[in-house]
Amino acid sequence: MSALDPARREFYHELLRRMILLRRFEERAGEAYAQGKIGGFCHLYIGQEAVATGALTALRPDDYLFAAYREHAHALVRGTPARAVMAELFGKATGCSHGKGGSMHLFDVPRGFLGGHAIVGSHIPIAAGAAFAVKYRGTDQVAACFFGEAAVNIGAFHETLNMAALWELPVIFVCENNRYGMGTALERAAAVYDVAHRACSYDMASETVDGMDALAVLEAVTRAVERAREHKLPTLIEARTYRYMGHSMADPIHGHYRTKEELEEQKGRDPIAALQHRLEQADLLPEAALAAMRQGVEDEVDDAIRFAEESPEPAPAELHTDVYQG
Amino acid sequence: MAVITYRDALNQALREEMARDASVFLMGEEVGVYQGAYKVSRGLLDEFGPRRVVDTPIAELSFAGIGVGAAMVGMRPVIEFMTWNFALLAIDQVVNSAAKLHYMSGGQVTVPIVFRGPGGPALQLGAQHSQAFESWYAHIPGLKVVAPATPHDAKGLLKSAIRDDNPVVFLEGEMLYNAKGEVADGEYTIPLGVADVKRVGTDVTIVCHSQTVAVALRAADQLQRDLGIAAEVVDLRTIRPLDVPTLAASVAKTNRCVVVEQGWPFCGIGAQVVDELQRAAFDDLDAPIERVTQADVPMPYNKHLEKAAKPDAAQVVSAVKRVTYRDR
Repeated sequence: MSALDPARREFYHELLRRMILLRRFEERAGEAYAQGKIGGFCHLYIGQEAVATGALTALRPDDYLFAAYREHAHALVRGTPARAVMAELFGKATGCSHGKGGSMHLFDVPRGFLGGHAIVGSHIPIAAGAAFAVKYRGTDQVAACFFGEAAVNIGAFHETLNMAALWELPVIFVCENNRYGMGTALERAAAVYDVAHRACSYDMASETVDGMDALAVLEAVTRAVERAREHKLPTLIEARTYRYMGHSMADPIHGHYRTKEELEEQKGRDPIAALQHRLEQADLLPEAALAAMRQGVEDEVDDAIRFAEESPEPAPAELHTDVYQG
Repeated sequence: MAVITYRDALNQALREEMARDASVFLMGEEVGVYQGAYKVSRGLLDEFGPRRVVDTPIAELSFAGIGVGAAMVGMRPVIEFMTWNFALLAIDQVVNSAAKLHYMSGGQVTVPIVFRGPGGPALQLGAQHSQAFESWYAHIPGLKVVAPATPHDAKGLLKSAIRDDNPVVFLEGEMLYNAKGEVADGEYTIPLGVADVKRVGTDVTIVCHSQTVAVALRAADQLQRDLGIAAEVVDLRTIRPLDVPTLAASVAKTNRCVVVEQGWPFCGIGAQVVDELQRAAFDDLDAPIERVTQADVPMPYNKHLEKAAKPDAAQVVSAVKRVTYRDR
């Protein structure tokens, strides 16, 4: 763990603020789901905040971003307003996908966020396709693709890593290893459960990083971004993290597949508490700054909920729009 | 007017569109060095180089997905499936990604991509390599589905498909690649969604597409010669969107209709055509519409069984006799 640089205090504060925003946004989304204001499947990110926060901070605004269905955080860190994300969860016309996507299909194309994809592993080749286009055009963006560890057993993962390595595509595969694909522990599903080792099959660079440490994730992804941008080479990053909630809001938090004790133990690695503690130890986080940060987040999420509640439903005619372009 | 093969017409379309638009590239198995499994891409690697004519490993799902991702950021990929039989491995990308991204992003994402390759019943290739998938893809909102029968149509429709801003499933007839026909000189396109009357007639409408157009035309010759029945042959060309007005106008004239297709009967293209016409042309119909299809079995290898499984001119003639009450 590298020492904190006092000159970067504001930057650390912003990282912490983003993680607190993700946490509070998800907690409030969970409440709204329980109240029936959010429907369908809603997969919360609580516990994993360091991954999206650290990783996306390493990207440029013109880089391409692809995520799976546990992606509220990726949209928020990318800069999609909390209002537009919450309104999408509520299915409102003001949502970032105009109420047609929902929790699993957030999009913000002007910010380079190209979705919310809900078939496990399906967006892995799609992200490689964006990287293919970058190389084809001779520009220097990178494509970043986030998926869970359960996706590494699907064919698309292997097919795509092979082509990304073969064609030297500027793509970063970030596996958020939260240990469980729904209720199946990785060691019950994978013969090789060290995810980063999978890269060896394709002669691809890889790195395992503590996914509960936002700064460590930031550093690892920064190295991968440089490899992609400067050398047009892909990287597989395994961020070891943990999800506190059930697979989705419809699923139990613990039970058959993991114990309450394990969950409580993992909460001892909490990524927000960890960064906060480091900053406090280094005397870089005055109490007043933290209080202001928490209040700011609270106001932002309150505002997002209010905006989502007050926003109009999509007009009935919207049912038939956007099926075809033109 | 030059007389060229269906294969060369497709090749011309690809060459012209790649020359016209730098964002068009061709990707698939054996499209480059090997010059195409069916030689549709012959010469393109030499002309455009490996950046734009991209050989892939055998990994249909993911090179289809790579095409989708490239299209999302502004490219116009043409993804070749060596045959549509293998595209079943990629159907998640065609159906769940390409077809739906525009809608579920609230119109933010567009996916201008063409998935193309040969399909339809072939010759003694057995059950896994000889089948028609039109109805599978035509079922999906967000996709356009094209299945040309002639070199002229193949060229003009492929050029339009590449320029279209939506995902297009372009089904080439595997048995048509050597078929010759006149192709207009110079630049032309044919709009998607417009059927074509391949033969004008007054007594019965025969609806067909792709490899069954030749079957329908043979049947029409026979009907004229043997029974004096003047059949109008309407080639759908595009399955989705379906050109119902052209079909209805033909039936308004002939009052009778037979639909012939190369796929299976259950939930087939003919079922959709019948559904449309029983509403659009109810008062014009003088007989129930008949369908002629592939037999409702996996394709057998044995050539006699295979012949019996495929729709042929004799079955179309029989169906026409039934709808004209000439079978009594």
